[in-house]
Amino acid sequence: MIVVKKLVKRFGLKIVLRGMNFEVQRGEFVALLGPNGSGKTTFLRILSSLTRPTSGIVSVAGYPLPGQASSVRRNLGVVSHLPLLYGDLTAEENLRFFGKLYGVFEISQRIDQTLELVGLRSRRRELVRTFSRGMQQRLAIGRAILHDPDVLLFDEPHTGLDQDACDMLDRLLLEVSGQGRTIVMTSHDLIRVEDLASRFDVLSRGVITASAGRNDLVRNSLPEFYRQALTG
Amino acid sequence: MVKAATSSSSSPARDSSNRSNATFVKSIGAIIWKDLVAELRSRELLSAMLVFALLVILIFNFALELDATTRKVATPGILWATFAFAGTLGLNRSMALEKDRGCLDGLLLAPVDRSAIYFGKLISNLVFMLVVEAIVLPVYSVLYNTNLFNPGLISVILLGSVGYVAVGTLLSSMAVQTRTRDVLLPILLFPIIIPILIAAVKASSGFLQGIAPTEIMPYINLLIVYDVIFTAVAYMVFDFVVEE
Repeated sequence: MIVVKKLVKRFGLKIVLRGMNFEVQRGEFVALLGPNGSGKTTFLRILSSLTRPTSGIVSVAGYPLPGQASSVRRNLGVVSHLPLLYGDLTAEENLRFFGKLYGVFEISQRIDQTLELVGLRSRRRELVRTFSRGMQQRLAIGRAILHDPDVLLFDEPHTGLDQDACDMLDRLLLEVSGQGRTIVMTSHDLIRVEDLASRFDVLSRGVITASAGRNDLVRNSLPEFYRQALTG
Repeated sequence: MVKAATSSSSSPARDSSNRSNATFVKSIGAIIWKDLVAELRSRELLSAMLVFALLVILIFNFALELDATTRKVATPGILWATFAFAGTLGLNRSMALEKDRGCLDGLLLAPVDRSAIYFGKLISNLVFMLVVEAIVLPVYSVLYNTNLFNPGLISVILLGSVGYVAVGTLLSSMAVQTRTRDVLLPILLFPIIIPILIAAVKASSGFLQGIAPTEIMPYINLLIVYDVIFTAVAYMVFDFVVEE
């Protein structure tokens, strides 16, 4: 579903990704771990067609980037630590707006389903700026899945959320991933991602330095695996 | 969960072309609707532009103390300086609102031709600019005791605003990506809009002073050509400007 080969990304003289290889199968939930500045966000921006790769092969949902960016975008949902929502529109208006941009048919019915899923149906007519950070993040997930994409990218979705909001977000992430979608999520919260992802990749200095499936790791050993991947 | 249908399913070439045109227009409509609804609720952009514009004409009124003759000569310059400064404020804020909450990324992630985003923002910005101008004109007329309800002048303001906003929307989407966006936009914008400001001031002056239309037409033509060229250039380069 996602294929990346020898990906290089340069910003001027600074090389952020140095020949990175990465592959994700359909239905996999991959947690991309790594320290600040390791290139996680840049990598997700390349996958989401917001940034062009300097060189290398990138393909998402069967479409090459940057050549078929529009087809990739149609099959992609993105959630970042920013909500990507308009505070002066209601929850329903936000979804309706993005639904129109994505050309979603039977949009009212789809909005109902999405708001039900993210638990915001009763707040649909309230302005997003009045929402708590957790509610905004749930609506952001609603926006990302509104057009029913095959691939979802989450860039540190837990940032700024309290414990309860994180728990609620995790339940929602599990529900969304259970629908057969392919997910790549970056995070610093090793405890949380251990219960969510089916595979853990560590990105350090622009390359994947370690990869392990959930079944390959002993329970609660992800922090140790991560430490070894960075130091080894 | 029910699979959401999108309007991208395969179809014959003509249907596909018609559909993509319809999607393009719908996307522009959606962006305009979003901007207008958000602005009606917050009034953040319009109020800032309007207060600034009114303050500028008030300051000019007290600073220049014009008599009846010089008033007619100075009016086009004062008006266009006011529109240009207030417009810059609006253009900056319009894009900053998109950038601050990551909404610009949200727009760029949508599977629409990115020029639809440009045209959507252009039309929204133009509406805001015209609203401010529609309020400034009668206030100016009262303050300066000058009749500005001249169809020729109105058409010049319309043409000048289109050109100004066409360039301004493009440059503000470029400037908003930088840390110094507030100062960068006027520095980039004003040198490029000098031809439009000169043509607009000359044409406005011509209509206010009752000069023969044949003498004004070259400036009107310049405004039209400028509008067409810069809208076309912006249409072609917007994709590259918004991409990192």
